[in-house]
Amino acid sequence: MTTERKIAVVSAGLTTPSSTRLLADQLTAAVRDNLDGRGTPYQVRVFELRDLAHDLTNNLLTGFPSKELGEVLEYVVQADALIAVTPTFSASYNGLFKMFFDVLDDKALVGKPVLIGATGGTERHSLVLDYALRPLFAYLQAVVVPTGVYAASSDWGPHAVALRSRVERAALELVDAMSNARPAPVDPYANPVPFEDLLNG
Amino acid sequence: MQFGVFTVGDVTKDPVSGRTLSEAERIQQIVTVALKAEEIGLDVFATGEHHNPPFVPSSPTTLLGFIAAKTSNILLSTSTTLITTNDPVKIAEDYAMLQHLADGRVDLMMGRGNTGPVYPWFGQDIRDGIALAIENYALLRRLWREDVVSWEGKFRTPLEGFTSTPRPLDGVPPFVWHGSIRSPEIAEQAAYYGDGFFHNNIFWPAEHTARLVNYYRQRFEHYGHGAADQAIVGLGGQVFMRKNSQDARTEYRPYFDHSPIYGGGPSMEDTMEQTPLSVGSPQEIIERTLTFREKFGDYQRQLFIADHAGLPLKTVLEQMDILGEEVVPVLRKEFDSLRPAHVPEAPTHASLKAAADRAQALETVSPVVAGIEETK
Repeated sequence: MTTERKIAVVSAGLTTPSSTRLLADQLTAAVRDNLDGRGTPYQVRVFELRDLAHDLTNNLLTGFPSKELGEVLEYVVQADALIAVTPTFSASYNGLFKMFFDVLDDKALVGKPVLIGATGGTERHSLVLDYALRPLFAYLQAVVVPTGVYAASSDWGPHAVALRSRVERAALELVDAMSNARPAPVDPYANPVPFEDLLNG
Repeated sequence: MQFGVFTVGDVTKDPVSGRTLSEAERIQQIVTVALKAEEIGLDVFATGEHHNPPFVPSSPTTLLGFIAAKTSNILLSTSTTLITTNDPVKIAEDYAMLQHLADGRVDLMMGRGNTGPVYPWFGQDIRDGIALAIENYALLRRLWREDVVSWEGKFRTPLEGFTSTPRPLDGVPPFVWHGSIRSPEIAEQAAYYGDGFFHNNIFWPAEHTARLVNYYRQRFEHYGHGAADQAIVGLGGQVFMRKNSQDARTEYRPYFDHSPIYGGGPSMEDTMEQTPLSVGSPQEIIERTLTFREKFGDYQRQLFIADHAGLPLKTVLEQMDILGEEVVPVLRKEFDSLRPAHVPEAPTHASLKAAADRAQALETVSPVVAGIEETK
């Protein structure tokens, strides 16, 4: 029996609808198709960070998440894979996107397969994936799949076929990476360090 | 059960009057609050320790020594004493001295501090925070319990045949609490020694606080100091009261909105829902505080933050009057009637001295008993 896989999708688009969400949905659909093809059971939850914008600010100021944000963070912690998509702002991910990963526990993504995506007005910003997103997730010790997907406005029209092939390649890489076992999150309360060890530390 | 107030010692502009106290005024205000705490029959006054503006209490034993001279009943404590960046030898000396001057009305709460630069200011590295708390406290305990100490550790220059003076009053070291918001290692430390564990509690959701308190209780039992529900737990609380709930909220709101901690975050109402902050009528405060017992078990010490966020002295003293007249007497009665007989009170100098005397009496008696056994 194959265990059910959990996939978390985080989209930092600011408008509704947004092209960032559109890209997130395409990536999600491609991952679903791939898992369906392999007969792997899964569940997917998509989180629009716009809905959590105030909760994220409050979490930065108070140091703890609201109940709703707490549930989202917990889902991401438990997920087997993450799809993270942001619009490009000032040569980087937007502030909303960064806030989410600032309040997420910094050990939450260790060893977790992550598919990165970004959107922008023109192709000129496409290196945002490799110069902004990849270093962020490298710091968090996530396993970022080799193909990141950047979509400019033109990708929604004449270049759509090229975009689709990148989406499918990235989805394949993410699903492949998901089959690798990764360490379970450590609960410091469940496995206390005996005091003698602390004393001799 | 002990009730008291603790001060952070912040100098914050009163957002209503626009006035900021001078350090001199603020220090006098803290003393007035401490004397008021004694007057209204509270059990504990505790001061924070900070080494940067806008906070004034950098020298806790000077402050507490002065208050000790002007009071006769209230127990003087800290919230917290920086076990990471203070020299444990100086803590041993300072608080033993205070203990003598205050006739035993002293205990301490160890904390790591929440201001990063304090570490380098005192020659330490914040990455050693836990290790410093563990090593320094282990040394502090020995300095109070052994007349002559030879010691070598990682963080402090070694000691050879050192005697910390004065020796603790009656040979009984002050009781120690360990304060932490999120570190299981500190709860572990408190549990290992059978010391008290204090959670600031305010600013945090109950589930967050309960996790650490319950962890401490379990580990207290694990180390053989008693059952989990006999562990010594202290909690913070933050209240603002007026006869009518709505008046309390209206008056407190500008202080909440401009608070260095709360300002710009969730609304006062959301904060009251998510954290132990209680703004309302004395009856509402009583009901809310009683819920702490349901969430964290029977506990031994409840400290309220009294003076902070620029509240004028007159208001702070009115708040303390309400606390002393209407809230604490009811809470005392309620908590006492709910607490099972096997749950102890927080140790005091008198109770620790009595325990030490009993232990010594047993020691002197036992050889005789052994002798009788032999002659049989």
